[in-house]
Amino acid sequence: MAETLDLSMFVTRDGDTAHIDLAVEGVACAACIRKIESGLKRLPGVVDARLNFTNRRLAVDWRDDEIGAGDVVRALEVIGYRAHPFEPKRAETEEAQHARWLMKCLAVAGFAAMNIMLLSVSVWSGSIDMGQETRDFFHWLSALIALPAAAYAGQPFFQSAWRAIRSRQLNMDVPISLGVLLALGMSLVETASHAEHAYFDSAVMLLFFLLCGRYLDHAMRRKTRAIAGNLAALKAETAHRFEDGGEIVQVAAAAVRPGDRLLVRPGERVPADGVVLSGASEIDDSLVTGETERRGVAAGAVIYAGSMNFSGALTLRVTAAGTGTLIDDVERLLEKAAAAKSRYVRLADRAARFYAPMVHATAALTALGWIAAGASLHDSIITAIAVLIITCPCALALAIPAVQVAASGALFRAGVILNGGDVIERLAEADTIIFDKTGTLTLPEPRVDNAGDIDPELLETAARLALSSRHPLAAALAREARQRAPIEGAVEAPGEGVRAVIDGEEARLGSLAFCGGLRPASQGSDKTATSLIAFSHAGRSTVFAIRQRLRPDAREVVASLASLGFDLRILSGDRPSAVAPIAAALGIVEWRSGLKPAEKIAAIEQLQAAGRRVLMVGDGLNDAPALAAAHVSVSPISAADITQAQADAVFLGERLAPVLAAVRIARRARRLMRQNLWLAVAYNVAAVPIAIAGFATPLVAAVAMSGSSILVTLNALRVRMRVGQDPTDIAVPAARAMPTARPA
Amino acid sequence: MNVLVYLVPAALMLGLIGLAAFLWSLCRGQYDDMEGAALRVLADDDLDAMK
Repeated sequence: MAETLDLSMFVTRDGDTAHIDLAVEGVACAACIRKIESGLKRLPGVVDARLNFTNRRLAVDWRDDEIGAGDVVRALEVIGYRAHPFEPKRAETEEAQHARWLMKCLAVAGFAAMNIMLLSVSVWSGSIDMGQETRDFFHWLSALIALPAAAYAGQPFFQSAWRAIRSRQLNMDVPISLGVLLALGMSLVETASHAEHAYFDSAVMLLFFLLCGRYLDHAMRRKTRAIAGNLAALKAETAHRFEDGGEIVQVAAAAVRPGDRLLVRPGERVPADGVVLSGASEIDDSLVTGETERRGVAAGAVIYAGSMNFSGALTLRVTAAGTGTLIDDVERLLEKAAAAKSRYVRLADRAARFYAPMVHATAALTALGWIAAGASLHDSIITAIAVLIITCPCALALAIPAVQVAASGALFRAGVILNGGDVIERLAEADTIIFDKTGTLTLPEPRVDNAGDIDPELLETAARLALSSRHPLAAALAREARQRAPIEGAVEAPGEGVRAVIDGEEARLGSLAFCGGLRPASQGSDKTATSLIAFSHAGRSTVFAIRQRLRPDAREVVASLASLGFDLRILSGDRPSAVAPIAAALGIVEWRSGLKPAEKIAAIEQLQAAGRRVLMVGDGLNDAPALAAAHVSVSPISAADITQAQADAVFLGERLAPVLAAVRIARRARRLMRQNLWLAVAYNVAAVPIAIAGFATPLVAAVAMSGSSILVTLNALRVRMRVGQDPTDIAVPAARAMPTARPA
Repeated sequence: MNVLVYLVPAALMLGLIGLAAFLWSLCRGQYDDMEGAALRVLADDDLDAMK
């Protein structure tokens, strides 16, 4: 291609070295690391290249005056890897910093816990023949380690608790912080008065366990987010921009600014919203509105990012988002939906609201009870604090994160990426599922519908010839090719088709007229949604019917969901004649068609007002407000960008099975969360009487705390059993989820 | 028990050195790519250098 690739917006410079981060496709094994790194280092000017295998990202540094970013990407392509410039999102950078901070806290707490436990165990085991001076010395030493360590490692909890208190709420971190602070304070007072028991070890060990839970939770979310970021980078399309001089430069779609003039060739997706300046074509809006019938556009027409350009080249002037009528509508509805959505209270916080007052009341009653029974004020308060320490919700705070980590791992293996921490709980609560049709129940790209009726050899020849064409219909046919090698010498006649000489005879693929005026043998019931493409070779000819097809496992998944007791509905923006056969094929009785975004929201709100918890599954731009309004939402990875940003979870691949897996795993996870909460409560019921009676020595506290934490963690791991038996590699679903219509 | 006077600080110092080493390696980004590190050890790219 004569035009240059401009990646300047992704390059950062430091002195005379430049740096770029790339998301790399197809990295599968150890050999790839070396192949990529040594391959790039051989380039003159490349200073360093390092591939992060965990998140499939490549960092390259080079001397700016010798090569450019485009050369790096091209060099990778020569080695056999497609790389896409990657702009780290600010949220992701912040998360990485947060994870590092949590790890530091964890390290400090771990160091302190080990050293204090060393001192505590010697006090416990040697309390008989250990002199009082030695014991005091060990206690002071413990205080010396524990106080700075808790001040540093406790920050995540203290900050969160303080935020909650300031907004007059209770979360799990309030009783945790209170327990830790009281344990430290009491131990300090006891140590100063040469007492036998100090609880420094309990306080620090508690922090260590809780930080473990918090770090794991965070790490899992960060991992799925990194993969989602990679998928976004892999999907990021390029745009062809007219420069002032009239030449065309290929730029990343993210670099396009309002006012730019773009060229959109047939077979490419429209990279940005805009107005057509010149050219005429047919546009497939199915990703935007769900409409499967193509629309003719000419100069003056408004087109949206994500639409597929079918027949002719268009010149486009980019307009700022928000000026197009549809986008305007969607954004306004989105704001409204986000504002109206009541803030979901997480299960853990709901438990904390119930738990914290009860624990604090028990502690207060203990103190009052001992005073009434004639104990000294000092002893009563010590016992009350021991109650608070033993009830400090270590197991309770681990109960839910541990399940979430295990469940999001299982979901990830099933091809579902979560956008938030409480999504699992909300998924488990859904009782009604609303599907969009186009791109959700059906595959996002059209397929050959009558492949089964056609001689396989003829189909293979036609499909290989189709590889040479850029037309979207040819792309659909090309998907059938088993051998991905295009036929040599194929010539494309724009607007008509491709021809080549195969085995000495001319082969033609294209419109019916181009192939000698063929007549289709039979045509489906919905003529408008079916496109025909003809093929003739060596006297044999055939007509392929290309149309939207159901996802391969849609029937089974819908049947399984129905048998799980879900109320299933379809809300589509497409015509009734297109929706009816799909609904009939899937056995979904409740369906509506021709809906505008506002009508979809209204339908969802009506259901939610009737007490239903709605799971919305959709991919179009027109679904975005509905996804935001629903209790929980899922979208396929092929969805429009705005839509994906609204969805609580994204699923990969061309099967619908991840949706079924998502609700199954979520329900299982919620069951385990509840079990864990009950286990934690049972532990308290057993341990609190011991504390109230005044027998909660530091040794008892330490054993009870670690025992209950290990128990809930083990229980959480049961999420992994039986579900997610299919360990697919990260790279495989990612590659499959790629949109097929790439600019060549 | 006078041995504690220097044994305890020595033990604490050793622990602190370990902690400092871990924090240093964390800040150097040595834990950013756990899977890659496991695979890199299999590469034979040091054999040429040894010859």
